[in-house]
Amino acid sequence: MSDELRSAVAAGVLGAEKDYRELLQSIVEVARAIFHAKASSIFLLDAEADELVFEAVAGEGSESLVGRRFPSSTGIAGFVLVSRQPLVIEDVLEDPRFSRQTAESTGFVPKGLMAVPLLHEENALGVLEVLDRPSDARFTLAEMDVLGLFASQAAIALDLLQRARRAQATLADTGDLAVVARLAQKLEERREDSGDAFALLAAIERLLQ
Amino acid sequence: MTEEPLPAWSLPTDAVERIALPEAWPGQVTRDWAWGGAAGAGVRVCILDSGVERDHPIVGKVQESVAISIDGDDVIVDADDTAGDLCGHGTACAGIVRALAPECELASVRVLGAGFTGSGAVLLEGLRWAVEQGYDVINMSLSTTKQKFASLLHQLADTAYFQRTMLVASAHNMPVESYPWRFSSVISVGSHEQADPFAYYYNPTPPVEFFARGVDVEVAWMGGGRLVCTGNSFATPHIAGIAALMLSKHRELTPFQVKSLLYLTASNVGGES
Repeated sequence: MSDELRSAVAAGVLGAEKDYRELLQSIVEVARAIFHAKASSIFLLDAEADELVFEAVAGEGSESLVGRRFPSSTGIAGFVLVSRQPLVIEDVLEDPRFSRQTAESTGFVPKGLMAVPLLHEENALGVLEVLDRPSDARFTLAEMDVLGLFASQAAIALDLLQRARRAQATLADTGDLAVVARLAQKLEERREDSGDAFALLAAIERLLQ
Repeated sequence: MTEEPLPAWSLPTDAVERIALPEAWPGQVTRDWAWGGAAGAGVRVCILDSGVERDHPIVGKVQESVAISIDGDDVIVDADDTAGDLCGHGTACAGIVRALAPECELASVRVLGAGFTGSGAVLLEGLRWAVEQGYDVINMSLSTTKQKFASLLHQLADTAYFQRTMLVASAHNMPVESYPWRFSSVISVGSHEQADPFAYYYNPTPPVEFFARGVDVEVAWMGGGRLVCTGNSFATPHIAGIAALMLSKHRELTPFQVKSLLYLTASNVGGES
């Protein structure tokens, strides 16, 4: 099966973007709770625009931030993305890497943050940040490990989200393969009562052989 | 009469004397023997990073500031980079090396700051340039996950190793394949939680070979400031600084010997820390 055809069929049966968004949201909510932090966010790299986009936000700023963009080399998130190294900073207001302009436009200026790159296979997909842990809590390497675990999960979720978006684009396409994609989608949605349709497809398969 | 160079692949019996080492190591190597009385003089340390701020009180003199960028197929080397540090990270690393080896020469090779796209290629070209300059130590607190650069980075790491340039690189503390820290020709560094800058541990289960101070480290930052940071990025220059001390006292050391000396003087092996 060609890659295009495989993608078209996969497009029809892949989960919806909404499902993966909920997964990302769940990850930032849990990260925020585990670290007793004020906020947590996931940024997705838009490689074409060379920009980072807020994909999920828990805590302060969560209502208005999703979808907001900034250049990929801006602030700590940008640095972590490029260097691929996790970083913890205790007093972020002293840190010029922290783009104060970006922070103020989000209405939330944190005191300290942890940032970790979201790596899936060989790609850097984005960044997970956890903002304002309790200031009396000394940072430990055990916490860095937990942050890494969240990052692995978030990277998988981001990868799925991007696949879902590509799949949706295929479904919306007008090419020949889009028909296969839409057909696969409908069969997936109506698996219970698609007996006749499956029989017809089996007949078409025999015909093509 | 000039002696014929030895062939690289064999050692005739009558040539054994010709590879005699300049000095014999004692039966028990101590830190005092390894770097006692040394301050890094005469050793050139390169910080391959985001740039280094000039005249930072913690960093002191930076002998050379170079920026590497790519325009199409061309690699552009700006030999007089006046941009300083674009995000603070390189200044932090330079300050740590300076604190440990106050008399070393510092050079900044900037490979970060131009956005995300193409950053892997700039990293590769920056390392190539740094290796060509023959620095004694290259501190690399960054890595790439791009498989397409792995082979070239590997070649560069081996070239550095054979020409006596010690490449010290941050390990990833996440389960991902990234380079060049995984190559055995470099010294890879992870973090421990202790506050002693001279506490370092050999790891008998690589790929990470050494652990150095990397948690709650007060570092130099842009604008002449300081910050408290955590990450393997900051453990790496501790080992780079100690390697600079060793090299300033024992100029003949090869990367293999520096690594051996780090092992013998590690806090969990023969070190006093």
